Amino acid sequence: MEHYNMNLTLKVWKQKNSKAGGSFETYQVKNISSEMSFLEMFDVLNEQLITEGKDPIAFDHDCREGICGACSMYIDGRAHGPWTKNTVCQLHMRAFKDGDTIVVEPWRAAAFPVIKDLMVDRGAFDRIMQAGGFISVNTGNAVDANALPIDKKNADTAFDAASCIGCGACVAACKNSSAMLFVSAKVSQLALLPQGQPERESRVLNMVAQMDKEGFGNCTNTYACEAECPKGISVSNIARMNREYLKAGLTTEQ
Amino acid sequence: MSLDSKVPHGEMDKKWTDYKGHVKLVNPANKRKLEIIVVGTGLAGASAAASLGEMGYKVKAFCFQDSPRRAHSIAAQGGINAAKNYQNDGDSVFRLFYDTVKGGDYRAREANVHRLAEVSAAIIDQCVAQGVPFAREYGGLLSNRSFGGTQVQRTFYAAGQTGQQLLLGAYSALERQVALGNVTMYNRHEMLDIVKIDGKARGIIARDLVNGTLEKHFGHAVLLCTGGYGNVFYLSTNAMGSNVTAAWKAHKQGAFFGNPCFTQIHPTCIPVSGDYQSKLTLMSESLRNDGRIWVPMKKDDNRKAVDIPEAERDYYLERRYPAFGNLVPRDVASRAAKERCDEGYGVGTTKLAVYLDFKDAIVRYGKIEAGKTGNDTADHDSIVKMGKAVVEEKYGNLFEMYEKITGENPYEMPMRIYPAVHYTMGGLWVDYELKTTVDGLYALGEANFSDHGANRLGASALMQGLADGYFVIPYTLGNYLADDIRTASIPTSHPAFEEAEKKVSDRINTLMNIKGKQTVESFHKRLGKIMWDKCGMARNAQGLQEAISEIQALKKEFWSDVKIPGDINEMNPELDKAGRVADFIELGELMCKDALDRNESCGGHFREESQTEDGEAKRDDDHYSFVSAWEFKGESEWQLNKEPLTFEIVKPTQRSYK
Repeated sequence: MEHYNMNLTLKVWKQKNSKAGGSFETYQVKNISSEMSFLEMFDVLNEQLITEGKDPIAFDHDCREGICGACSMYIDGRAHGPWTKNTVCQLHMRAFKDGDTIVVEPWRAAAFPVIKDLMVDRGAFDRIMQAGGFISVNTGNAVDANALPIDKKNADTAFDAASCIGCGACVAACKNSSAMLFVSAKVSQLALLPQGQPERESRVLNMVAQMDKEGFGNCTNTYACEAECPKGISVSNIARMNREYLKAGLTTEQ
Repeated sequence: MSLDSKVPHGEMDKKWTDYKGHVKLVNPANKRKLEIIVVGTGLAGASAAASLGEMGYKVKAFCFQDSPRRAHSIAAQGGINAAKNYQNDGDSVFRLFYDTVKGGDYRAREANVHRLAEVSAAIIDQCVAQGVPFAREYGGLLSNRSFGGTQVQRTFYAAGQTGQQLLLGAYSALERQVALGNVTMYNRHEMLDIVKIDGKARGIIARDLVNGTLEKHFGHAVLLCTGGYGNVFYLSTNAMGSNVTAAWKAHKQGAFFGNPCFTQIHPTCIPVSGDYQSKLTLMSESLRNDGRIWVPMKKDDNRKAVDIPEAERDYYLERRYPAFGNLVPRDVASRAAKERCDEGYGVGTTKLAVYLDFKDAIVRYGKIEAGKTGNDTADHDSIVKMGKAVVEEKYGNLFEMYEKITGENPYEMPMRIYPAVHYTMGGLWVDYELKTTVDGLYALGEANFSDHGANRLGASALMQGLADGYFVIPYTLGNYLADDIRTASIPTSHPAFEEAEKKVSDRINTLMNIKGKQTVESFHKRLGKIMWDKCGMARNAQGLQEAISEIQALKKEFWSDVKIPGDINEMNPELDKAGRVADFIELGELMCKDALDRNESCGGHFREESQTEDGEAKRDDDHYSFVSAWEFKGESEWQLNKEPLTFEIVKPTQRSYK
């Protein structure tokens, strides 16, 4: 792979805190290597800003290997930037060329208030999990793991749903700021497994109720969520959740 | 001070059962009155907080990330060991225990390791019950694979995302307890000190990272589940936020630090590509199940890997260690890679890399697939295609990650890999009950030192984190709290809380007021370079002595010239990082001191002065069969306490994987 250096113009959203208004600031970065990750380019910019006595840009990031779900930048109008099935931390600068202008914003959704600059509060996802994203089994109550064979196909589909990293790109990409892909991934994982059956109905009803309470929008089947999901979570999970929800609504006494 | 490990008497395989049978209990009514603080929400912290919440204790859990689900356990790839013997290949609790003690180069405490092996099977049961989607066979039963340092298949996995699935299981159990009101969760909070009253840990000072406010929290006991300190090297496979601060504050309050120099350098990471690099990425050890490691036989061979014929490749692990081949333990594999590169056989632009090649595995799997369909006449291309599909199912996410980072397709050309800092076996010294030398203060998971000796075997970190949190602390904590049921909650207006808060606040103010010229990051990088060069894969007395004085000088420079932008009472990641780097600098000095003191090679600790004729690590059991437990005495001053290691079952021999 050919390596090259580039100079870039960055337009980045700056916002002091959740109450303040925000605006775009323009920055120049020079000699950025095509081998850098996007966040390493931000590290370079921040070092530059600190040295110049300016305020560095706050952004969430941690594992930098695409699995913790912390990083969350909206780059040139796309959640996590131009590559598909990718997180910002794994986006590398060879996706850009010398002279490019790159626009970077935080996730925009009423349910994800901005904390500072590119950092948002995704506490709503934790609260949705609290509403039912679990199997109620206390430590020490389990039977032998192989006492419960699980059809490989279902196990694999459950795993695919479970690989959601909770980053919120689905919400950011959706014009309605819907969290259906996130919620349906957890509902699907547990609905597909025999362990999840006892709470199957209450789970979907409670998680959806909490999702609505948090102020996420509805799903209108544009599939932007699947297109931008870094883990390629399928919208078929949303269809499954809709079936689960309908069935639960018909049969439970809640 | 004499160290009491509190290992129960009796035969090795009865100790834990016997302990559980006689340990003091706390009745349910009293549990409701007892408050427990859990710092860190990775596998150890989330599982402990959830389990203790289920039992009825009042739990407060803290994490610096925006959600407990982001703790770095999430990034563990390969798998989790358990002595299930589902493969009928001769595994047992004893084998897992034996492999772990041997793998740790006889520097772990036998009784702790045995307990770990005993509870390992229950961990898998628990996780499956929570809905963790482990890999399965077509019959619906769980699948296993091999990891380094063992000759059985005992590793359970979920593609290359096992840590993620286990952590999300523990996280969901934790969130369930939050919903039930048994656990209160504090996200984006960092612990900045332990509060001690009458010699006992009684709470913490935490900082709300969103607005910079300091908070005082009481607890009858405090559990540190804060992970390892690999980021002292700046470049490591750890997350950017992983730090030693909580453990270091505990250390300065009287908790001894065990074996700080025991660092695991993982053999298979993506090599460094430039000086802007912020972290290194692991390529799971599970890849060594199928990948073969080699370098060219000729020095400075600049041909492309695919152009180098079979006969001119040196599969040096298979050559040197025929019994274990590519699956030797991590310390051995790392040193062997370094040896080849130091000798001039390295590959890639930096010459600091070796190949990890899947060509043979792809053909092997392709032939099996062809055989399954009775297609004996399949041509090479179709075999390769079928083989790639199998490899993709096993390691797809890792291959994708490699391609994103390097821009190269590992299905077509071999991966380039090099060792990188990955895990720290050292940590806070704990007794059998996971209690530090401060009463009421516990350390779980990677934050403690106890189970892995001088080298951790693959797929054992997840096992230990969950063992400590799900199955050990729920018993051992009760033994302490049973005597504490008459202690009412102490109001945080108590002078000890006020003093601790003031101390933390003063330190933050001091840092902010330095107003120097150099960034926090630049200090961290310089510390990392000293550590890697002089306290990394190979260490010697002269280098370590130099490192100690360089670190002391760096510390002075840091405290007089660091530049931190912004204010205290706002979200200020640079300020958070400054506090952590200040602690890393102090830790770095202790690590070098420990490495200097231990004039033997064992596991990941390789002293050049102590090696066999063919360059293998040479232990010195006569002089160093002990745990180094360092006691903080004052600035750059520590006293060494020794916990002698005795081996009742696994008799130490020179470790061999040949």
